[in-house]
Amino acid sequence: MNESVITTNKLTKQFGDFIAANELSFEVNKGEIFGFLGANGAGKTTAMRMLCGLLVPSSGTATVAGYDVYKHREKIKQNIGYMSQKFSLYEDLTVSENIKFYAGIYGLSDSLIKEKSEQLIHQLDLRKEENQLVSSLPLGWRQKLAFSVAVIHDPKIVFLDEPTGGVDPVTRRQFWDLIYDAAHRGITVFVTTHYMDEAEYCNRISIMVDGVIEALDTPANLKKNYSSKSMDEVFRQLARNAKRSE
Amino acid sequence: MRTIRFLLQKEFRQIFRNKTLLRAILFAPLMQLMLLPWAANYEVKNIALAVVDNDHSIESQRLISKIYSSGYFILKAFPADYSHAYNLIEEDKADIILEIPSHFERNLVRDGKQKLYIAANAINGTKALVGTNYLGGIIAEYNSTVRMVWLEPGKMNPQPTVEIVSSNWYNPLMNYKIFMVPGILVLLVTMVGSMMCAMNIVKEKEIGTIEQINVTPISKIHFILGKLIPFWILGMIVFTMGLILARVVYGIIPLGNILLVYTFLSVYLIAILGLGLLISTYSSTQQQAMSVSFFFIMIFNLLSGLFTPIESMPGWAQVIASLNPVTYFIEVMRMVVLKGSSFHNISHHLGVILIFALIFNAWAILNYRKTS
Repeated sequence: MNESVITTNKLTKQFGDFIAANELSFEVNKGEIFGFLGANGAGKTTAMRMLCGLLVPSSGTATVAGYDVYKHREKIKQNIGYMSQKFSLYEDLTVSENIKFYAGIYGLSDSLIKEKSEQLIHQLDLRKEENQLVSSLPLGWRQKLAFSVAVIHDPKIVFLDEPTGGVDPVTRRQFWDLIYDAAHRGITVFVTTHYMDEAEYCNRISIMVDGVIEALDTPANLKKNYSSKSMDEVFRQLARNAKRSE
Repeated sequence: MRTIRFLLQKEFRQIFRNKTLLRAILFAPLMQLMLLPWAANYEVKNIALAVVDNDHSIESQRLISKIYSSGYFILKAFPADYSHAYNLIEEDKADIILEIPSHFERNLVRDGKQKLYIAANAINGTKALVGTNYLGGIIAEYNSTVRMVWLEPGKMNPQPTVEIVSSNWYNPLMNYKIFMVPGILVLLVTMVGSMMCAMNIVKEKEIGTIEQINVTPISKIHFILGKLIPFWILGMIVFTMGLILARVVYGIIPLGNILLVYTFLSVYLIAILGLGLLISTYSSTQQQAMSVSFFFIMIFNLLSGLFTPIESMPGWAQVIASLNPVTYFIEVMRMVVLKGSSFHNISHHLGVILIFALIFNAWAILNYRKTS
């Protein structure tokens, strides 16, 4: 169980004088749901983008799915899924066209694409909307679809950058069911969020303040260590001292 | 190859689903090709002429009707004196004043000579110059008629005259449209190619889907080919439709081998799409891409030899024109379509455009980053 799929050691990203992510060192284990918390501007997205191969680190080391973030970015990309806070599906394509496109560019065979999209449309209950443009779907549905598309090629790790922003609580709950489902299939989930109730769903969480990881543990341990009743309190205690904000 | 297939499928679906854009790509250029050549014409016509006729004789009437029948002038007014005529120029109602002095006929008959006065509003220099030239020509002709009729042939010393007989090759009727249509078609294809390609990629940046593409294993080359091929095909279609229109509406049938034009076009489109691609790598919003493309399009238009001959441009402008891919295609079009030139004649142009294609695309590929 303790096989790690992400390992970072003093991973740093500097933009000019500004240190967005400062000497991050952590490990994420296989099959884990790893929550990545922090106030706006704390450096979460920067850290995630380095791990996805979208951003070259300034210093430090990191491996993702066994590949080095400096040397093997393209290898990493074959083994991860990614869903950003920006909407990542093509709104002018239909539900099934989006599924087939992303499945296709990840190199799935025609028969597998067919099988997967059947399965996905069934699971998300989108049979009626299958041939509708994505732009006509409500936001919550789109986000669920975007997540399912991000894991359609069964990646080792999926990175989710504030996936449930602006989504209603019921749909958020359904979204987390999808996340659990993916974790059961052995996909490691690396997720950033602002919602403290979602933090409770994670196996382990790290809390970033001003580019530094201030705390990293299971939700239960964190609450105990900071003698708080909820994650919300833990977060407030840590984020109170933050100097950066937007 | 499979990746390309999926990329092309996606791209064509998006293009054909966006009806407004599709109309802009396919039909707007044809509309322009239908309208512009009729208007983009150098012939100076409808020159407003004010005639101050102080003589009111048969001869002055004969001169005026000769001017009118030339078809280039509109007899705007017959003011009583020069100052009235000058007012017409000030009010922009007349372009040229012709003053016929009193006793025009008498002096002409008695002394055998008479002066006329022409004044032109030279704000529009071309109109003034061409107008006075026409007028001068008509008066000279009138002059020689007068000589023929009045002078007794025996008394007249036979004057040696040099008469010029010219024939206009390749465009015998000096039809301006025939000269303009191939050039305008080149411009339209250029605009469709570079702008549409740039805008398309930048749109993906704006929506954020490009980030999604960047975390997939799609290689740079595949992504770029996925963008280039659809617009290359569209460019070919637009050009073909334009050629058909040029034939139907303007009766322009290419004299040379049409395959030669298409060979050149296929390389040219790669160059122009490469430029669009390059612009997209430097822009992060559609607005930026639009402004930058517009900058290039304006230079392409005015420094391409489409409207004004490159040979008469100042040296620095000639240098820019020689770095302008549009220049080469317009030349090739005029050579092959109007003159019937062969491969040998355009091989230099093809070579230059090939270099453009390589530079633009290599630069764009280098500058396109999946990782920042």
